[in-house]
Amino acid sequence: MNATAVLVFVLLFILITWLGFVAARWRKGDLDLLHEWGLGGRRFGTFVTWFLLGGDLYTAYTFIAVPALLYGAGAIGFFAVPYTVMIYPILYLVFPRLWKVCHRHGYVTSADFVRGRFGNRWLALAIGVTGILATMPYIALQLVGMQVVIGGLGFQTAGLTGDLPLIIAFVILAAFTYTSGLRAPAMIAVVKDLLIYITVIAAIIVVPIQLGGYGKIFAAIPAPKLLLAHPPVGSWGGFGTYATLALGSALALFLYPHSITGILGASGGRVIRRNAALLPAYSLMLGFLALLGFMAVAAGLAANPAFAGGFKIYGNSFAVPALILSAFPDWFVGLAFAAIAIGALVPAAIMSIATANIFTRNIYREFINPVCTDAQESSVAKLVSLLVKAGALVFVFALPLQYALWLQLLGGVWIIQTLPAVLLALYTRMLNGWALLVGWAAGMILGTWMAAAVNFAPVFPITLFGTTIPCYIALSSLIVNLIVTVVLSLLFNPVISDRHRDVTSAEDYA
Amino acid sequence: MQPRYWIRVLLIIPFVAMLWVPFYDRTEPTLWSFPFFYWYQLLWILISAVVIGVVYLVEHTGSNTGGEP
Repeated sequence: MNATAVLVFVLLFILITWLGFVAARWRKGDLDLLHEWGLGGRRFGTFVTWFLLGGDLYTAYTFIAVPALLYGAGAIGFFAVPYTVMIYPILYLVFPRLWKVCHRHGYVTSADFVRGRFGNRWLALAIGVTGILATMPYIALQLVGMQVVIGGLGFQTAGLTGDLPLIIAFVILAAFTYTSGLRAPAMIAVVKDLLIYITVIAAIIVVPIQLGGYGKIFAAIPAPKLLLAHPPVGSWGGFGTYATLALGSALALFLYPHSITGILGASGGRVIRRNAALLPAYSLMLGFLALLGFMAVAAGLAANPAFAGGFKIYGNSFAVPALILSAFPDWFVGLAFAAIAIGALVPAAIMSIATANIFTRNIYREFINPVCTDAQESSVAKLVSLLVKAGALVFVFALPLQYALWLQLLGGVWIIQTLPAVLLALYTRMLNGWALLVGWAAGMILGTWMAAAVNFAPVFPITLFGTTIPCYIALSSLIVNLIVTVVLSLLFNPVISDRHRDVTSAEDYA
Repeated sequence: MQPRYWIRVLLIIPFVAMLWVPFYDRTEPTLWSFPFFYWYQLLWILISAVVIGVVYLVEHTGSNTGGEP
């Protein structure tokens, strides 16, 4: 156990706990209203939205997993960079439109929008449930990220006493999310992001100096891992994998409920557009952070007996914690680990709020208690946010880590199936609600089957006209979903048109 | 006057630059000992941010604000 590091870690944790509770009084609103609790009253300006979305999208799991992938698999792990390059043009183009229609009609979730646009509660239910299913394993993985740094601090993370730090952290998280709603992660995100920036900037300067420069770091990487393998004749090989993973992930990202919650919390379309230009600062940080995986290789950490135990328990995920432990003094280790752990709390809070919003709006009010009052609505949401977190905690303790990873992979495949109903519907009403539902089901079933067929790898090879394209399953199943949706819409529209059920109007999108 | 939406065509550029993987899957030329594969992609984070910033400025300057928040 590392006393100095633990002390710094605990102090920073106390600071953000205090912030989490104070946040309830920040830009005060009536927290008995769902949009006040669950969207911070839609009042966050450019600055806060930058921190909130940054803290929301670049999660602790990302900080652990992306370098771990470079550490283990090499260049392919760098797909996170083209992925984050492509998300911002999408954010700029599409999401101010979604914000506007949601603002005008008081929608809190994307399923709310689908409900209004198509007047089809079953389609809305499908969209909502997909969001919940995709988010739950994501929350669980945040816990895993936290577990790795708690282990890095020298605590045993096995057995009941080992679970205790994680339980404490989550009780704190649950309590301030319950009281403050989206205001809490927004405020904490500011501290968390500053800590993360300090950590990453220090790491990308200090570690290369210790290792003798970036040239030495890249030289330590075996050639097959430094670049993608050139594909064999008749196949797109690694190029297909790389490009489709990046594009599919980029299309899926803003469909996740926690992304939508962060976006809808903004005070206007202009705030979202500005952020599309400003958020890439986080991508740059992520790009350099990814290289920590290579630095861990160059530093020869795997051969260091001090870290053998950590690598044994956490696998490649231990690369970043081990690198930080080997390169920095104890107090800085505490700061860096706190940054990662708090980096898990912020998205976990937003994810649980987003899931709670969906349950409340699209299941509870739609199917269970249609006449509920505003206060009932927000108290159900608060309660569900607790249940979601308890569920994620049980998930992490009771099931093998591998299940969370598989479900997280499937989550990406599932959430992208909501793209036609949520994003295309912003531009056209040509699609039919029932056709969207069938297309969604086709994409879900096909995507899940493909993932299972390749033993839960992200990529399924498709052969078209004699060329093999290893394609990210989310993308290929989305294409099938789109084809089914369009064809069925053409068939259904003359027979069971649902256009008259659209409660939104053209100026809601302009 | 209509907002200058045509400028949004520029937003396609980052997609082309990122999806054309064979172009950048190489080590040479290196920059500050970063292989091309790495510095090219990192550089595109900056370029795409600039592109989005330009699109924003063109759309939101002058009388083209449309009174939107």
